[in-house]
Amino acid sequence: MDYAYTLIILLLPLVTFLGLGLLSKRLPVALAGIIGTANLFIIAALSCATAFTYFTQEAGEAGFEAIEAYKITWLPLTDKLIIHLGILLDPLSVMMLVVITLVSAMVHLYSIGYMKGEKGYTRYFAFLSLFTFSMLGLVVATNIFQMYIFWELVGVSSYLLIGFYYQKPSAVAASKKAFIVTRFADLGFLVGILILSFNTGTFEFQTLTSLQGPVIGQASTAAFMGLSVTTWALLLIFMGGAGKSAMFPLHIWLPDAMEGPTPVSALIHAATMVVAGVYLVARLFPAYALSAPDALTVIMYVGSFTSLFAAVIACTQLDIKRVLAFSTLSQIGYMMVALGVSGYGGEAGLGYMASLFHLFTHAFFKALLFLGAGSVIHAVHSNLMTEMGGLRKSMPVTHLTFLVACLTIAGIPPLSGFFSKDEILVAAFEHNKLIFAVQWLVAGITAFYMFRLYFRIFWNQTPAYHHAPHESPVVMTVPLMFLAIASVVAGFVPFHDLVTSDNKPFETAFHWSIAGPSIAIAVIGILTAAWLYARPSLRPDAISKSLSGVYTAAYNKFYIDEIYLFITKSIIFQFISRPVAWFDRHIVDGTMNFIGNSTVAGSAAIKRMQSGHVQLYIWYFASGVLVLALLILYLN
Amino acid sequence: MNLQAEIPLDYMIILSILVFFIGLMGVLIRRNLITMLMGVELMLNAVNINFTAFNHYLFPHRLEGHFFALIVMAIAAAEAAVAIALIINIYRQFATVSVDDVDELKF
Repeated sequence: MDYAYTLIILLLPLVTFLGLGLLSKRLPVALAGIIGTANLFIIAALSCATAFTYFTQEAGEAGFEAIEAYKITWLPLTDKLIIHLGILLDPLSVMMLVVITLVSAMVHLYSIGYMKGEKGYTRYFAFLSLFTFSMLGLVVATNIFQMYIFWELVGVSSYLLIGFYYQKPSAVAASKKAFIVTRFADLGFLVGILILSFNTGTFEFQTLTSLQGPVIGQASTAAFMGLSVTTWALLLIFMGGAGKSAMFPLHIWLPDAMEGPTPVSALIHAATMVVAGVYLVARLFPAYALSAPDALTVIMYVGSFTSLFAAVIACTQLDIKRVLAFSTLSQIGYMMVALGVSGYGGEAGLGYMASLFHLFTHAFFKALLFLGAGSVIHAVHSNLMTEMGGLRKSMPVTHLTFLVACLTIAGIPPLSGFFSKDEILVAAFEHNKLIFAVQWLVAGITAFYMFRLYFRIFWNQTPAYHHAPHESPVVMTVPLMFLAIASVVAGFVPFHDLVTSDNKPFETAFHWSIAGPSIAIAVIGILTAAWLYARPSLRPDAISKSLSGVYTAAYNKFYIDEIYLFITKSIIFQFISRPVAWFDRHIVDGTMNFIGNSTVAGSAAIKRMQSGHVQLYIWYFASGVLVLALLILYLN
Repeated sequence: MNLQAEIPLDYMIILSILVFFIGLMGVLIRRNLITMLMGVELMLNAVNINFTAFNHYLFPHRLEGHFFALIVMAIAAAEAAVAIALIINIYRQFATVSVDDVDELKF
């Protein structure tokens, strides 16, 4: 089977970006959205076709084979060190292609309605296409270097889109914060890449993850501070992934990134870009599982802590997009936990499968939640849940789709979130009971804060709206309905036959002993939320008062931002930047200024010699000649 | 007539030095532009004396020194023409030929 046409999937968004960007002044405004959306639908169809042909092919003994659909030599640095650009198709990247293009197409369609009349409409669609191109390039990368290039490109497009409302200072600050934090993490990623390829002499994923390859088969025995070099390299690579996926303590940029337009939050900061870290670990998973199990343990603890930490904060936030942002953190934590508890091959790789399954279902229901929130914000013109309530009558489609999404994320069967979360809990239970307990608790908190959001928006008391809220236009509700259907049916995709750690199908069993308690705690969470928030009552205030210290800390996101500010301002700026600035200003600039000033002073002192009296000049000249003549005579 | 027997070369050089420094003093001390020009001409003529004297005493069978003196005279004539044109223009501009009053071009 020839997959060369997948190049179109990659290049069409790039062409769209260039076209919309260059012609932005000449195109009719309405056309930009239509062009962007039409292109996305084309590549979504192509991706689905690719996935269909790829997964229906006869899987051999070795499972689904990885195919290099396209490959060019980009930088032949030396005979051994060659950087390629290409398209790698394996179950993981094909699955990601489908997720990205489908969600992106829905977000494009939705944006036509949401962004209508905004200044910079064409620019918005150009940036969305740039993002789609970068993200697709990231997932189909054949080597870690190509991935790094696209990794930075998604960072840039995320920066551009968060700062889309560039006249708002908060948006500009948020975009800078996102860029700097992820860029800081990418420093670790780059160092990791360099260490890894220095030790293995290759950038190619297929060599890095091959069982006989230089990482796994012939692992070097070099060690540093008790851990092998491979472990260090993979840990540093995970640091890049943790930055992009907003894992604690590099999570601070994601809540602020909600300053961008809501469809952007749905696409970039919920469904696709923030799971790039999960994708990265999954891409190198054989290397992690077989030659650096210590790194996997770190990933497990980081993921688990982040999921609990973010879930607690999400319970206290009032801005609905921030609640969803913390919920995203928490769910990505789940995916990291699943990777952390997984082993390699067959049944042991259950966590790997569960992680990507959750990535798949999460993309749909979280995009749906964000787009639903966007629809609400579009109607109410506010982000704060205190200014919402009773919207279920006026916005029936948004209400129903949002409810579906909330039930999905809470893990109510038979919706997709139930299946993927259940697999994660099973994998965690088999590996580490403590982690299982934490994730089980987080499942309950998740159900609670999602339904807190749901009841506050759609039930509770109706505030005095400036003008009556009404349902969003069809172009916005169609994506909601599509994603709601996807959230319902995505759970029935037989993931264990398709995307597994060793690309071979395996059997999974359904465990009521795990599913039962997880449904129970989800229901408890929902009922608690209903008891507190379905009707106006004083109970939430009473509870938050009785927990005043904890509540305030959680409301202020446990002061992580303040700690960062303290470290940067009071320690780094005070003790490093200030002396460096002093050195620059006084020593470096001082030398240059001294040279300049002494020239000026010297010329000011002698400029009177140019008096305008010609005879004086002749005197100088004649005495000079005389002195020279005497000198020559004397020296001879 | 044997000039070499009657007047030694040293006398010629002393004469040329005297003429040169009289000219230089004229240029340095006199304030009138025309007089300064005359000083310059004296300096040129001192050089001419040197040219002809050295040619005559040291290389009697060659003529380069004499020709050079002729060229210096021609150049001096051209230079005098330019200098006088400049002096006339200065006079029209400042209504003076005193070099002390022409000191606009300075710091």
